[in-house]
Amino acid sequence: MSLKLINAKNLTKSFDDFIAVDNIDLDVSRGEVVGFLGPNGAGKSTTMKMLTGFLEPDSGSIEICNVDIKKDPLQAKGFIGYLPEGAPTYSDMEVCDFLSFVGKMRGLDNKKLLSSRLSDMADQINLKEVWNRPIETLSKGFKRRVGIAQALIHDPDILILDEPTDGLDPNQKHEMRSLIKNISKNKAIVISTHILEEVEAVCSRAIIIADGKLLANEKPENLGNKFLQTDAVSIKISDKIEKKLINEIKSSLKYKIVNIEPNKKNHYEILIEDKKENLNLNKIMTELKKYKLNIYEASFLKNSLDDVFRKITQQK
Amino acid sequence: MNTYLKKTFIIFDRELKGYFRTPLASIFLLVFLALSSGMTFFLGRFFERDQADLSAFFAWHPWLFLILMPAIGMRLWAEERRSGTIELLMTLPVTNTQLVIGKFLASWIFTLIALILSMPIWITVNYLGNPDNNVIFISYIGSWLMAGAFLALTSCLSTLTKNQVIAFIISSISGFILVMAGFGLVLSAVRSWAPIWLTETIRSMSFLSHFNRIQMGVFDFSTLLFFVSMIVFCLWINIQLVQIKKAD
Repeated sequence: MSLKLINAKNLTKSFDDFIAVDNIDLDVSRGEVVGFLGPNGAGKSTTMKMLTGFLEPDSGSIEICNVDIKKDPLQAKGFIGYLPEGAPTYSDMEVCDFLSFVGKMRGLDNKKLLSSRLSDMADQINLKEVWNRPIETLSKGFKRRVGIAQALIHDPDILILDEPTDGLDPNQKHEMRSLIKNISKNKAIVISTHILEEVEAVCSRAIIIADGKLLANEKPENLGNKFLQTDAVSIKISDKIEKKLINEIKSSLKYKIVNIEPNKKNHYEILIEDKKENLNLNKIMTELKKYKLNIYEASFLKNSLDDVFRKITQQK
Repeated sequence: MNTYLKKTFIIFDRELKGYFRTPLASIFLLVFLALSSGMTFFLGRFFERDQADLSAFFAWHPWLFLILMPAIGMRLWAEERRSGTIELLMTLPVTNTQLVIGKFLASWIFTLIALILSMPIWITVNYLGNPDNNVIFISYIGSWLMAGAFLALTSCLSTLTKNQVIAFIISSISGFILVMAGFGLVLSAVRSWAPIWLTETIRSMSFLSHFNRIQMGVFDFSTLLFFVSMIVFCLWINIQLVQIKKAD
């Protein structure tokens, strides 16, 4: 079996005249956590629905653990654990009954194996306290955990999670990310999210799509280098700077963008943006020396994934 | 049990238990028993007729099922689509046929429970007189088959909408058309302008005319074939519709 557990080529899906997914290639190997990013309506969920066999692509092919999902959907679906968007569950069922139902449907026929997986889920996903409660009485966080547990019950090779941390509080989000990290070693995981810090926290690769097209497929830390040509330097000054001096500094510093604005009472910030190679902190400090400013902080500003995301999805 | 049947059974089991997880089951059983006996004793004049049979009981079943079967079946697919669980269900390693059959069987067995619970009326009539128990038994089987046809129709139509109330209304109206197709008034209206083959086709599609034959103790192959093929046809359409409508 090749390392690529998901191998999708030229996926296209339209709904009437609307092209939801446009010729996307995607492969995910064992041990990878791929973050699927994109604005609302970008085609993230549609792609996930195709990968899990819920929707058939108009064209293109999907291989799950080397099994063509079109030719043998039942075998291919067996390799996948899936949390659909909104984590739908049978709300009238108790947590244990629901997980047991999914487990049996996933082929955990052996009673001993099923009960051991159920107790694993109760421990691993922290469901013990709500184990015998109807799902409809649970908080949003617990409902989401039940959704994750049903996706993990059969210990699948591939995990596809559509917004797994949506609606969780910060502690729960942290727990969920730790869980994803812990189980990622021997699985191929795809998660879609709106939260960019999540990608930085758990993903080994980020895929950005918008209008159904794949715009970026990089390690999160490489996205900035590849897609943002400029960097920024911030210099903080504890004096008030007169307007005349502001203009003088602005005209003497030959960079792409130079902004000087008050940031706190009597404190000013000089923000310089240019290509990375043009920005040298020592050089800037030397250039500013003659103005005898009370500089108390000078730093490079790291581009956040937010900037990259905005830049990529807006320039398309 | 092979894997195919096992998964169908797991779906069936979840669905059947689902009726009893909410008050729906007890309310339905209560309403069915109250209405069926009420109609038998008051509208059917069970005692005044002075006959030891259950024709007054069974005669109301097509009309009762017109309302009650859509009430049982309306949630089968409409609710899955509304709550999004259809996505969960259809990404499990299971075929649409297994899902449709499992769900249908659960609702059908639930109506069997309702019919079994009405059996005190059978015991009563045996206590009061000397009825033809063969006819009664055949009528029970016929009634259950007819309920199956109503349920298959409802299950099929419930895939068309996410709203249970709409599923209920369209199923009741469709059921009404199928019952009325055998009504003398409808047939004579059609007979005045339509060729004989069309009138006969409409009559042969009628739940009422088939069920009337059963009630008289005539349970021939054509009647069995009618209800079974009605069930199979509706479920086949149901399987196709689930595939088409799942992502709407």
